[in-house]
Amino acid sequence: MKLRDVKEILDAEVIVGEDHLDLEVKTAFGADLMSDVLAFAKAGSMLLTGLTNTQVVRTANVLDIAAIILVRGKKPSTDTINLARDLNIPLLSTKYILFETAGRLYEKGIVGCLQKVEATSVRN
Amino acid sequence: MKVKTIAENLGLKVVCGSNALDRDVTGGYTGDLLSDVMANSKEGTIWITRQVHQNIVAVASLKEHAAIILINDSQPTQETLEKAETESVPILVSNLPAFELSGKVFNLLSCR
Amino acid sequence: MKKASSVVCKKSKRPVCETKEKAATQTFAIEGGNFNNAGLVSTSIKSILKKMDVPGEIVRRAAIVSYEAEINVVSYAKQAVVNLIVEPDFVQIEVNDEGPGIPNIELAMQEGYSTADRRIREMGFGAGMGLCNIKNYSDEFQIFSEVGKGTRLVMKIFSK
Repeated sequence: MKLRDVKEILDAEVIVGEDHLDLEVKTAFGADLMSDVLAFAKAGSMLLTGLTNTQVVRTANVLDIAAIILVRGKKPSTDTINLARDLNIPLLSTKYILFETAGRLYEKGIVGCLQKVEATSVRN
Repeated sequence: MKVKTIAENLGLKVVCGSNALDRDVTGGYTGDLLSDVMANSKEGTIWITRQVHQNIVAVASLKEHAAIILINDSQPTQETLEKAETESVPILVSNLPAFELSGKVFNLLSCR
Repeated sequence: MKKASSVVCKKSKRPVCETKEKAATQTFAIEGGNFNNAGLVSTSIKSILKKMDVPGEIVRRAAIVSYEAEINVVSYAKQAVVNLIVEPDFVQIEVNDEGPGIPNIELAMQEGYSTADRRIREMGFGAGMGLCNIKNYSDEFQIFSEVGKGTRLVMKIFSK
């Protein structure tokens, strides 16, 4: 599916990245805790979150996240928007809650991603 | 749809509150920030979260949630279990991440 | 600084890959308490490693560990100096902070243990996962801390 389809499905507003709507996306990760995103999310996934601060963009950048979808109609601060623009990360906002955002995308074929970091016991 | 039906359909492990699985689930809410869940979730919700500390029971109880589902095979703390048992809040555990679990619960609820 | 804990974890099997032959060291500063700039250093580290043609997976892990460490410094310490060392067979990131130190490292390393305040939690951190993430994404991780002085983290990621 393309980011354009995601925009349609979620009736989302594109805040940053109008020119990235042809980007192909297959997986998504939903969380409000950035450390969870850092622990589990795979590169190339969409990040669905209710947080809107600049750390969301930093986290997305560190992980090579394909796009950030802000849920619950959250509007990011100017700092967040500018950072997303600087780092070239598409930023969308949907009025649906995280539960419904995930539900609608899952229904249309987007799958979850979980790249669990190996447990220490397994590694030592 | 009852909590029990969702648990059975999705193979969720019931870790406590098995006496309250007949509650009706009217919707879902996925979130890890307690203040957000407190502010925005509704009565009858099945709450999907990765948080495991005892405060989740207080939130679920105050907001009259139908149940809590913990994701990624997270285990509730002992205090959480005791509190949930006292307050009759069912806690279920799934091995799926939030996105996928939310997707499955959403689909179950929307095609009832 | 007192050595409070030695090598926490070591991994052996790594995909073989080649970083640039020439070694490089770079130093960065982190200002404690300044959440606006949290993430700047790890973003720099990421782009430096990318430019050096370090393999993507190693860049990603280096960025993650430095970012979590940076968040810790901004959340708890006064300031910190970060050294990035790139050798042909590994990337090493050292974070030396001036701050309150960690009284009980074993406890701090437990997933879910956190002393974070509301502000940190509202940003999506402070869930007691930072040090675990750092440990899990490093091949070798060392932590030293002295109460009242500061904390030193050494993260090593091997390229083979």
